[in-house]
Amino acid sequence: MKKCKSKIPFFTTVGIMLLFYLPMLVVAVDSFNPGRYSGSGWNGFSMRWYVKLVQDHDVISALINSLIIGLSATATAVILGTMAAFAIHLYTDSLQKVHRLMLITLLGIPDILMGICLLLFFISLKMELGLFTIFLAHVTFCTSFVAMTVLARLQDFDFSTVEAARDLGAGWGIIIRRVIIPQIAPGIIAGALLAFTISIDDFVITYFVYGPGSTTLSVYIYSMMKHGTPVIINALSVILIIVTFIMAYAINKLMSRKNENPT
Amino acid sequence: MRKLSKAINEMIISAPSLLWLTVFFLIPSVSVLLISLHPADQYGNIMSGFTADNFKRLMEPVYMKIIWRTLWISAVSTIICVVLAIPVAYYMAACKESVKRCLLVLIIVPFWTNFLIRVFAWKAVLNPEGPLRHWLIQLHIISPDTLLLYNVYVVLLVIIYTYLPFAILPIFAAADKFDFSLMEAAYDLGATRTKAFFKIFLPGISSGITAGTLMVFIPALGSYVIPEMVGGTGCDMVGNLIAERVLVGRNIPEASAWASVLLMVIIGLLGLRLSVIIINNIRFKPYNEKV
Repeated sequence: MKKCKSKIPFFTTVGIMLLFYLPMLVVAVDSFNPGRYSGSGWNGFSMRWYVKLVQDHDVISALINSLIIGLSATATAVILGTMAAFAIHLYTDSLQKVHRLMLITLLGIPDILMGICLLLFFISLKMELGLFTIFLAHVTFCTSFVAMTVLARLQDFDFSTVEAARDLGAGWGIIIRRVIIPQIAPGIIAGALLAFTISIDDFVITYFVYGPGSTTLSVYIYSMMKHGTPVIINALSVILIIVTFIMAYAINKLMSRKNENPT
Repeated sequence: MRKLSKAINEMIISAPSLLWLTVFFLIPSVSVLLISLHPADQYGNIMSGFTADNFKRLMEPVYMKIIWRTLWISAVSTIICVVLAIPVAYYMAACKESVKRCLLVLIIVPFWTNFLIRVFAWKAVLNPEGPLRHWLIQLHIISPDTLLLYNVYVVLLVIIYTYLPFAILPIFAAADKFDFSLMEAAYDLGATRTKAFFKIFLPGISSGITAGTLMVFIPALGSYVIPEMVGGTGCDMVGNLIAERVLVGRNIPEASAWASVLLMVIIGLLGLRLSVIIINNIRFKPYNEKV
């Protein structure tokens, strides 16, 4: 590919990368600085905030809540989303068009709208707000992320392999296990990782539907930012950013393997 | 017989997610629209009967100001995001495959990093005791009594920062499919670089630009944490009103009315986009078939 001669695209890209990562860098530096803000000077390298973080019982219990929600919502959403992707891919009638439109709208709708819609829905059903309502909300948006990821993967899936297996006398159980799953597994895993990441990071929707005793990590970060001491957020941020990096790298790797697969 | 079993298969495979979406997405959305038409009692709960009062209240001057602010902040941040995203997408699309993948991860990470942490990071940067303000004062760019935080421009900045990946990703997806040999053809035919960029490249990635515009504008309309965290008094957006009516000054029907307006605007925007696609299909179909 020919390199473009203008330098504007290059400098914009570099500028935007700096814009993206400078705030994170400031947070990372702050997290190792025993002083309150880097403006008060560099007071030497210290792991003080990290030690404080792991000793904070509220952080740990919020993390456990987040993991419970993240894992259970992801597991449910993987089943719903994968089935949805197959339905949309295999059938092209108007029902599946509506199905697809609902999934896309879910991705586009602002979190606050989904939050308030679900909250009012749960209230009108007289449901007690807690981990279960958070779970229901998270499954809803995670399904849509899984479905879209698997759908992207299905577009490269060759259905003639299924027909070939049937001609050779394979039953549906074997076809699903030996033909379909191996080919779309990277898409499902990528979708699951994405759903898990989004679930752990979600704040707005969770904030509307959480109840006493079901504080998640994001809700806890919010209350620390609003009221308490925000200093340990720096250390927590660094850990979460690193985890996100690993997730993003893994998903990218899984989704770009399509050329290496024999189809 | 075959047809029937196909229909049954389709139902089995699509029923779980269709049911889930109906119960936890469609019904809640419709019920918010319905709640907004009910009057509120003195505790802000839903009463029986029908009224349009909740919507009439939205027309009050105080609220019009907030609606106007929401619209201009969303519009300006969308324009800036798209204008910044186009050269980035152009650069990425023209890169080697390995560099492309690396840049993609670098753009996705801030997109997936906990949203509160991104806002927090900006608070750390712009903090009164933070490094940036310190340097700006020493360089005499700002006076010592200028606060960087808690104004409407910071809200704009953080919204742009948050939603920029939403603009870059669809525009890059379109640019990646763009056939750059068309640009070479334009150069060979004597077009300047600028002309080729505006006449060939931009129309070529127009679907990505439309998608990017919607992907920034729609969530920006619903911003609520950003104005709350980095905006001062007088930075409230519609999202703050909704949250306030639900979580603090409880008035469920009024909150529903606000949510309904936002929902209608978004459905309208998505409908507009859909109809544009349909019209384009009809208009270009004969042409496509000829080719």
